[in-house]
Order: sequence, then structure tokens, then C-alpha cells
Amino acid sequence: METVLALEKLESYTDRYIACHECDLVHPVRRLLDGEIAACGRCGAVLYQQRRNSMDRSLAFALTGLILFIAANMFPLLTFEMEGREQSNRLIDGSLAFWKSGYWELGLLVFISSVAVPFFSLISILYVLLPLKFSRIPKGFVYAVRSIEWLKPWAMSEVFILGIIVAFVKLTDFATVTPGPSMAAFVGMVIAITLANVTLDDRVIWRLEEDIRTGNEL
Amino acid sequence: MSTQKTAAELGAIGCHDCGLLVSEQFLESRQSHHCPRCRAPMHRRKPLSLAKSWAYLLAAAILYIPANMMPIMTVISFGSGAPDTIMSGVIHLAAAGQYPIALLVFIASVFVPLLKIGVLAYLLVSVQWNLAAKRRQRTRMYRMTELIGRWSMIDIFMISILVALVKLDAIATIEAGPGAIAFAAVVVLTMIAAQKFDPRLIWDVKEKTVK
Ligand SMILES: [Zn+2]
Ligand SMILES: [Zn+2]
Repeated sequence: METVLALEKLESYTDRYIACHECDLVHPVRRLLDGEIAACGRCGAVLYQQRRNSMDRSLAFALTGLILFIAANMFPLLTFEMEGREQSNRLIDGSLAFWKSGYWELGLLVFISSVAVPFFSLISILYVLLPLKFSRIPKGFVYAVRSIEWLKPWAMSEVFILGIIVAFVKLTDFATVTPGPSMAAFVGMVIAITLANVTLDDRVIWRLEEDIRTGNEL
Repeated sequence: MSTQKTAAELGAIGCHDCGLLVSEQFLESRQSHHCPRCRAPMHRRKPLSLAKSWAYLLAAAILYIPANMMPIMTVISFGSGAPDTIMSGVIHLAAAGQYPIALLVFIASVFVPLLKIGVLAYLLVSVQWNLAAKRRQRTRMYRMTELIGRWSMIDIFMISILVALVKLDAIATIEAGPGAIAFAAVVVLTMIAAQKFDPRLIWDVKEKTVK
């Protein structure tokens, strides 16, 4: 085991040391085993972690997520039956219904958090990882990598599932409600998006980018 | 082995976006404020963190009142409407015997926003008063507020589904209410308030003031 000394002076920049993003303390970056997590010794924040085969697994989950996203948007999520009449809704219909009834702010918020951001976060991951897989750096690479982290708080598909459950319970009191064909796809998509994000390791992304860039210059 | 220093003590900045540790001298020599690796703007601390965080938090706290007083949705059945506030929605669920769901909605819609507003206010005040105690605990509290805020959106998503599904004209229709806009604003504003807060400020209080 190598002993790494605390950093005394920094001339330019380095990724062999990392400053805790929550308390600013500088730690030497150690090599981790698969599944290991490095936490800040002072405040306990997660500094970085080692994922097994991060690149391929994240890519596979993101592709699965994208396919399931399409399926989740094509068919009804729920079907509602009352007094012999039937009504069903797709994922997008909630935002449309808000929009049409004059609550455009809510329509926009629901559209962003349950449709647009989950979709674009999958696209960002694929846009970054697919070219890297073939040793290419896509246009606007740095912005795409940063957008993955930026979009994260605003993707709320997993919260939407709980919204569906509460709506379901509220309606079963006075009507018949049945899950539609898109429900399974939607739940699967949430799992795939979560796994794509969990397996993603931005250190691997930056290392690959550097390798490709310096390789091209040689 | 020498003691660890903070990036600020080293005259360096950890990139918020990619984690690269960059010397401020290097940035100056390049006349740049952007990360050499990911080109994100670099700041030693989030700019105007306390002022911005307070602004979003106060706006959220004010809107919390109409969010709870005004109806978030109205069920219109055979001509007569029954407006629901957040709390009456919880009570209806409990009265129908749906205790776990009632508890879930109560926690997500009533408890979490209040807790978040309270915790953020406490963190902001503790930094402004240069409090040095319980720093690790306060950092953990901050981490928690970042994680739980999104779950308050349950009610908004629930309403969006009900409004889209229940539109059987005279038999039954569900309409959104103005309380829902105020409530959604509370959720979004507290999320932004948490993002603007810089937890490193908790640790910037000088060690010598720790007793
Ligand atoms: Zn730390
Ligand atoms: Zn960076």
C-alpha cells in the first residue's frame, strides 16, 4: 500500500488529490477495489467510488432505459372506469391536462420533471458514453458530461411512481382503476435510469477522454 | 505525515462539476475562471451563497401559507364541488382507512417542506453566527435536505394524474386548484435554496473558535 502525503503546494491542477465538495478538505486519491467508496474523513461526504465495469454497465442500463422510455410513453399508464364510461391516461396527459385547464406552470413543471429531464439525462449519458466506447470524443463533450449531473435533481420519475400509487388509492374508492400496458415499462425505466446513474463513474469518463485526447496528439 | 489542508488553505479550488483540483494561481496566469478540464465556472465558494439561499428560502416560506390554505384540487361530482387542501386530502385518506398512504402524503407534503425550510434556516443562521459546534452533524443535515426535497412532488404528480383521468363531464371531474401552484413553487424554491447553499461555509469557521 502506497503512502500518499498530504498536498503542500499545487502549481497547476491535479486529479491525484480531491477536495471534499462539502467541507473543502483535500484528500489524496487512492486506488479502490470494485464497490469500494472513499468518504471524507472529516464530514463523511462520499468523495468518489469504484464501480465494476462502469462504462459498459452504465451504457447498457441507459440503452435499456431509453427503450423503456419509449414504451412508457406510447400506451396508457392507468385506465379509469366509472358509470360505464372509460378514460385512460398516458405519461404526457397529466402535463397536457394542467396546460389545457390554465395551469400552465404546473403543466410545464410536470412535463420537465417526469418526461423531458428523464429523457435528456438518458440522452446525455448515451451521447457521452457511446462515442467514448469507440474512442471518439463527441462535440460539446464537456457540456454533455456536466449536464448529466445538472439534470439529476430535476428528474423525478421515481417520485412520479408514488404519485401514481396515491392517485390509484384515491380513485379505487369510487371507481375501477386498472394499470395500463405502459405501467410496467415506466417502472422498468425508473429502475434502468437509477442503475445507469449509479453505475456511471465520471472519473472513468475523464480518464478515457484524456487517454483519447493525448492518444490523438501523438 | 503532515496534516490535511483545505483547498482554500492551499490556494486551490475543487471543481464543483468534475472534481479536478485547480490552483488559483494557475487560473490567474491563464486569466480564466473556468475549470481546465470541464470548463465549468470555478469559485472558491458558491457566489452570494447565503443571500441567494435566504431569498429562495423566504419566498418558499411565504408561499407555504397559500399552499396549505388554498385548495389544491376540486372534485366536481354531479354539479357539486368539493375542494381539497393538502391537509383535507390527508384526512380523507385516513378516513377511508388508507393509513399508510395517508401517512406517506402527510410526510411528503406537510412534514418534509416544513422540515426542509426549518433545517435550511438553521444552517444559514448557524453559518452567519459563526457557530463552530456540530459541524459534522450540520453537514449531514444539509445532505439530507438535498435528498428529501424532491419527494414532496408526490401530490403534484397525483393531481396531474387525477386531472387527466377523471374528466367524465357531469358525472365526475377533477380540477386543479391554485394551492397546487403555490405548493409546487414551495418544492422548487426549497430545492433551489438548498442548491445555492454552500456546505463548505459550515467548515470555514476558524478552528480556534471551537471550544
Ligand atoms: Zn468533507
Ligand atoms: Zn471541472
